[in-house]
Amino acid sequence: MLEVSNLACSRGDQRLFSGLSFVLHPGQIMQVQGENGSGKTTLLRTLCGFVSADEGRVVWNGAQVASLGDAFHAEILYLGHLNAIKDDLSALENLKISAAFSGITLQDAAVKSALRRLGLKGRELLPCKVLSQGQRRRVALARLLVSEARLWILDEPLAALDVRAVALIQELIADHLSRGGMAIFTTHQPLQIDGMTVRTLALS
Amino acid sequence: MKELTLFSMLKLVIRRDMILAMRRRADVLTTLIFFVMVVSLFPLGVGPEMEMLRKIAPGVLWVAALLASMLSLGRLFSADHQDGTLEQMMLTPQPLAVIVLGKIVAHWMVSGLPLVLIAPVLGIQFDMQAETLGILILGLLLGTPVLSMIGGIGAALTLGLRGGGVLLSLLVLPLCIPILIFGTAAVDAVATGLSPVSHLSLLGALLVLALTFAPWVAAQALRISME
Repeated sequence: MLEVSNLACSRGDQRLFSGLSFVLHPGQIMQVQGENGSGKTTLLRTLCGFVSADEGRVVWNGAQVASLGDAFHAEILYLGHLNAIKDDLSALENLKISAAFSGITLQDAAVKSALRRLGLKGRELLPCKVLSQGQRRRVALARLLVSEARLWILDEPLAALDVRAVALIQELIADHLSRGGMAIFTTHQPLQIDGMTVRTLALS
Repeated sequence: MKELTLFSMLKLVIRRDMILAMRRRADVLTTLIFFVMVVSLFPLGVGPEMEMLRKIAPGVLWVAALLASMLSLGRLFSADHQDGTLEQMMLTPQPLAVIVLGKIVAHWMVSGLPLVLIAPVLGIQFDMQAETLGILILGLLLGTPVLSMIGGIGAALTLGLRGGGVLLSLLVLPLCIPILIFGTAAVDAVATGLSPVSHLSLLGALLVLALTFAPWVAAQALRISME
């Protein structure tokens, strides 16, 4: 369970938001809404611990995230604006290495089936620099398939994706929630999860 | 979730960075070729006086190694910063200092170790004797990892800054002076018939000190730069 209370963040001298509070229970999903520059990405990065908040606290399962330190990292999966894939490595190597960083050892077969599910069949061994923008995003999103994290923090997960890929991502998120996972995301595209109500948090 | 030990994480980071370096061999070669070029220019510029060349050899080799190690420092964290992989590395369940140590070790293996290995060949250009060459290599072997460690702190501090490369050199070079002094003094000591042990011991002590503190300091600097 993720509890955020009275959170305030600023970028430079500008206060982005203050007094932000919400609770996310297992199986729940929340969309962060707001105009460009309203602090959506900053909020997500604050939850990850990249940015320190001016005020307020973030609590995970009853313990402050700041005191959990590195142990909290095992519980979250963050997907940022950047795909976090190396151009010189193949899709297979990229996924294997990023899974290994979160403590999951994958066999080649498992990696290939994950990439295949995201429509990258036959491109597993190509260096990622020859892939298109949408395909690179798919490689990054393949991490969702192999992740064991409880909380998914997704910043614009649907950017550069086609309709079929969007449907697949919705399916993946629904699976994750039905297993008792949590997700918080930002998007400017509509995202429907079957049988789930997507809560919204508006930043202004 | 499988427990990832500190050591396996260290191995993972080193292996990853080595693979990446091997895919971009040009970057590795530029450092090495720069070192060879700079060192080889001196005998041509100074002239073929054996006595003089033997005297300046340790200084030239050490200064060239120092400058060559600056060349690739900028890329230590910036490449991973630009494509977002650094953020993901910061979210691993292991302390960031371990990852930083892994990256620094990998950086030394591709940019420091080749310099150490090629140095004996270059030393011959300066008519260095086998004994002084041996001490030079030993000194470089102890000193170049320290250069990578100190450089790692500088690279973390200047991450994301425009024109960070020049700033990095200005920041790191003064801190490398002790390495230069002890490294060249060890070779000079042997050449004049004294024992180089004290200088080498000091280099070793600096290495231990850097190994203990540099990854942690660089990790803190990275956190500040990432905000």
